[in-house]
Amino acid sequence: MHVFLVRRTVYMILTALIASFCLFLLFELDPTAVVVDVLGPYSTGEQRLIWLERNGYNDPFIVRYVQWLSHVATGDFGTSRIYNMPVASVVWPRLGNSAILGLFFFLIMVPLALGLGVLSGMHEGSRLDRVISTVCIVSTSVPTFATTVLVSALLVFYLAWLPGTSSMLDGFSYRELVMPVTVLVMADFGYVARITRAAMADVMMTPYIRTALLKGLAYRRVILRHALRNALIAPFTVIMLHVNWLIAGIVVVEFFFAYKGFGSLIVQASLNRDLYLLEACTIIAVAISVTTQTIADIGYSFLNPRIRFK
Amino acid sequence: MTYPAAVPPVERPTAARRVWRGFAGLRRSKVALIGIVIILFWVLVALFAPLIAPLPPNATIIPMLPPGAARPGGGAFLLGTDHLGRDILSRIIWGARTVLFYAPAATLSAYFVGVLGGLVSGYKQGWIDELLSRCGDLVLAFPAIVLYISIIAKFGASGFNIVLAVTVASAPGIMRIVRGLVLDLRNRAYVAAAKTRGESVWWIMFVEILPNARGPLIVDFCLRLGYTMITIGTLGFLGIGLPPPNPDWGGMINETRQFAMVFPHMVVFPCLAISSLVLGCNLLADGLRELALRV
Repeated sequence: MHVFLVRRTVYMILTALIASFCLFLLFELDPTAVVVDVLGPYSTGEQRLIWLERNGYNDPFIVRYVQWLSHVATGDFGTSRIYNMPVASVVWPRLGNSAILGLFFFLIMVPLALGLGVLSGMHEGSRLDRVISTVCIVSTSVPTFATTVLVSALLVFYLAWLPGTSSMLDGFSYRELVMPVTVLVMADFGYVARITRAAMADVMMTPYIRTALLKGLAYRRVILRHALRNALIAPFTVIMLHVNWLIAGIVVVEFFFAYKGFGSLIVQASLNRDLYLLEACTIIAVAISVTTQTIADIGYSFLNPRIRFK
Repeated sequence: MTYPAAVPPVERPTAARRVWRGFAGLRRSKVALIGIVIILFWVLVALFAPLIAPLPPNATIIPMLPPGAARPGGGAFLLGTDHLGRDILSRIIWGARTVLFYAPAATLSAYFVGVLGGLVSGYKQGWIDELLSRCGDLVLAFPAIVLYISIIAKFGASGFNIVLAVTVASAPGIMRIVRGLVLDLRNRAYVAAAKTRGESVWWIMFVEILPNARGPLIVDFCLRLGYTMITIGTLGFLGIGLPPPNPDWGGMINETRQFAMVFPHMVVFPCLAISSLVLGCNLLADGLRELALRV
């Protein structure tokens, strides 16, 4: 088990390192593109040469990568052009804001999706199952941006119940958090619920559930003690891996509601070609994604004894 | 000496006949049927866009009209006009062409790369499998949206770059599926027979193995087609999609977002359009999966 943990962690770090190299290759292979991004298209050739010289861009690519990596490791991502301050002091608070959004999202989505999935999978083919399945497939089909627009058209524009922006200019406000979280949940619960349903339906067909029922155990007890334990292994992995999709949802929702989070930051960096900010955002996103994938993997083998010692 | 009479060759149905039979099979699943009707509807709309659309998609007439407003010279703007005075109905109709061109193009391109990688990886195994799988893991370590944003930020927003970005982001997932299927199929008797006949590796991979893996791949293709439509829409929504002015549903929403408070019709109709099309793809995928399980 320890060997597995260590191997998985090493693999995670290796993946992140290679990913960072690919990103550096994509963004900084050509120093002239970098300098045009940083100094703007109207800078003179002389200014560019001086800047390149001063910032060590005349070194070989590998040397630059190692230097950049050592800076990133100490939390120094360079200076953001659009904010004119260190990238680190822009990124971390934004990431915190997104974490708040993500936390509320998971707190609501997980019980909802698991609950619906279990109810649906318990009696496959029942009317309840059909209703839930239909809702879920619609939820997964409607793109997040469409959910955002349609739900705000209803709740913000017609009914005027909630504010249409979540920029939180006057300090933190739970009221402004309601729309983004609602939209994220509505857009994303369907997928997890469908996975749970499939897992639950599979478990309900197994011989040990039949045995438990025939033995005369109470239905409730069979579901809670026997079925759920096995049915929830797959959804656990999916929920962890869902962070990757959640980032996409967060980007869309934050962009629409002008929420000052990580997702809107990365779009802003991309639209304004703020190179160092974009680099920082992508590398952080990759770090988050690789970490959750590793946790999903390790957790899965903890939960599922059948594959534990492979 | 007499030889036993040769077994008469089983007549192989023509390709057209087999495709027709496939469609006929769809009738057994209501879900798949609804999906295919929705998709066909949009395909027809896209094909006959010049005939159906009441106005040219980029013609600016009267801005900010609500749905049903009268049009100068008779008729009405059934879905209203946008902030530049363009007829929203016509833009949605022409926008169907955009999404129905780029989404299949990008998905097919991803499938080409993914199937090739998966076949080689699963059939040849060894170091090349290890290498391809690790590269796939690497790409899957990126959240898809981050990959799209980085690629578009670097190379610029254009149709080709969107196809490129989707290919990079989706091919590893396809490769994994194909590889898994090949690992199962490569030990079948017909593969051994082909090897004994001395067929080439490529023949075995593409003619013996691939057609037998088609079931799960067709389902996955439909799902991915839907995801790709969502992706193209999302990129348009974020303002890094296909360049204006030609209509694309996501882009329409992005352009008119700031007027949504007062004129929700500008954003609601493109949303309904893309949602219905993606729903069509997902229903078809679901129905096909159900049919495959039933047989």
